[in-house]
Amino acid sequence: MKEGLRQCMAWLHTWAGLVAGWVLFVVFLTGTAAYFNAEITRWMQPELPAAGISLPPAQAVSMAQTRLAGQAAGAEQWTVLLPGGRNPDLSVSWRAPARDGQRFGRFQREILDPATGLPAEAKPRTTGGGNLLYRIHYDLHYMPAVWGRWIVGICSMFMLVAIISGVITHKKIFADFFTFRPKKGQRSWLDFHNALSVLALPYHLMITYTGLVIFMFMYMPFGITSSYGQNQQQVFYDELYNRAQPVPASAGAPPLGTLAPLQSVLAQAEQAWGPGQVRSLSVQRAGTTDTVVTATRQYGHSVSRNGQLRFDGSGRPLDTDSARGNATAVHATLYALHEGHFAGWPLRWLFFLAGIVGTAMVATGLILWTVKRRPRQAKAGKTHFGHGLVECLNIGTIVGLPIGMAVYFWANRLLPIELDMRRNWEAHAMFIAWGLTLLYAVARPVMRGWRETLWAASALYLLLPLLNAVTTRRHLGVSLPAGDWFMAGFDLTMLAIGASLGYAAWTLGRRKPVAAAATARKARAAAPSATPSPAQEPA
Amino acid sequence: MSSKSGVSLRYRLDVLSRCVAAIGGGYVLTAAITAVLALTLPGHRAQATLAATLLSFAFYACAVLWAFSTRTATRAWAGIGVPALLLGAVLMLQHNGAGA
Repeated sequence: MKEGLRQCMAWLHTWAGLVAGWVLFVVFLTGTAAYFNAEITRWMQPELPAAGISLPPAQAVSMAQTRLAGQAAGAEQWTVLLPGGRNPDLSVSWRAPARDGQRFGRFQREILDPATGLPAEAKPRTTGGGNLLYRIHYDLHYMPAVWGRWIVGICSMFMLVAIISGVITHKKIFADFFTFRPKKGQRSWLDFHNALSVLALPYHLMITYTGLVIFMFMYMPFGITSSYGQNQQQVFYDELYNRAQPVPASAGAPPLGTLAPLQSVLAQAEQAWGPGQVRSLSVQRAGTTDTVVTATRQYGHSVSRNGQLRFDGSGRPLDTDSARGNATAVHATLYALHEGHFAGWPLRWLFFLAGIVGTAMVATGLILWTVKRRPRQAKAGKTHFGHGLVECLNIGTIVGLPIGMAVYFWANRLLPIELDMRRNWEAHAMFIAWGLTLLYAVARPVMRGWRETLWAASALYLLLPLLNAVTTRRHLGVSLPAGDWFMAGFDLTMLAIGASLGYAAWTLGRRKPVAAAATARKARAAAPSATPSPAQEPA
Repeated sequence: MSSKSGVSLRYRLDVLSRCVAAIGGGYVLTAAITAVLALTLPGHRAQATLAATLLSFAFYACAVLWAFSTRTATRAWAGIGVPALLLGAVLMLQHNGAGA
């Protein structure tokens, strides 16, 4: 091994980062997009009405209950999601009882028109929406979810090791800033990578560890095994969430089939939390003697998810959650920190920016690996297969995925509305574009590959608002004056992303002659007879 | 690392050995620590199990850092293997004790 702790840690940081880097890039970028999954879905369903509706909660609840009683009388569970927060609609959903051989019954959801109380007229197109990106973030795609979760988990563990070893390495690197740094290009990449990593270090560490926590019992089930025994997970979960305790039956249980108007529950919850603070009401076992109505509070008043009140079918309060254990509180907080539901708009944008910084950190780390080794490759006169592979995978992933995501949005607007399996084809379009970018990177010299794919990505994003203008009636000229922030926010963000990618392509093009000429000079001096291979530096 | 001339087979085997110690050995050690902590941390057993599992990834990271920072691969294995065996023995005793 290397001499000295710092060298060991630098080695570990380099190789742990490289092995997991490409998956981590995908996880970071799709996860960053997922902070706005609902807003992305909204853009991808332009048939839905523009802004949020204003409907008094009491009226909304009564409307929803009427609809549910008519449509879902026999259902196991009802949920009313009230407009407010990031949710612009009044919607109802229900789950039918499970049929023989099924674990769960059919789940249905309707968005209600606030004017009529009936399902909204506009039928939105089928789309994977922002939730597809959200799922890729932890399940990947084209494989069983369990595989994806294991791959993402293993890569997250690599990330944790890379962060800690990077910090140990960095202590000394900071001192090195002021000493000897010969190669400017490499030094610049290193500085950039360090700045991005240190700038948002608490975020990087938090998001990595909390990501592992989300599926921790899958990755590390041995705590449960040792204290509960084999195959006793259910016992553990029941104890952990107090599920085993039966709902206390209040004296004089309401007669079968009785469900008091949900407004009384709403009124009690609003009295406890304040007006407009109820996010949803759900009814379990409607029409039986042990009906439970749960009111859930709007996000944003606390980091971890609590804020629930429970009532019986007649609207009488049941005892609220008993005090939680300390470990439960920590777990809930870590979980909530990762998901970020509590974040209002300013904090949500900050999380989004931190996610972009994390994505860029992974990208610059991957690029640094190649930049550091390019002189050696040029000196040898030929590109080692492994080096060429990393160069191609870097372009193919770092530019390929953004291109794929842009094409996903293009496909959403361009695929025929009635297309069979439309949702799947949107995703296929994303992965086909991504794959083509990878092939393109293989076929082109490295620096040209970077520049040309970056220009393509930039164009795809910059033209998205135009595509939106051509295919819908809600372009920026309409959405901005109307205050339609779902549409305008998405379009403006796409313009910003397109401009950033274009700036990167432009910078690369401007810098190219100096760096490439120097590299080419070195290459010629070292091996005058060498013929350039496709994956080599452009001469 | 990629040039064939500069790296000896001995070095490659050393790195491979440390990788196995870090990834495989580290996982086993983490599992053992988590299992023992789930039994020994104070409070309700659900809370102890939850706390132990929450901490597990920090232990795993430490084990990996140890495997790559210590002087020799043998030391890397010893530092991970010995505590894992000791904790394994504790678990065996506990299991047999509970079963008897």
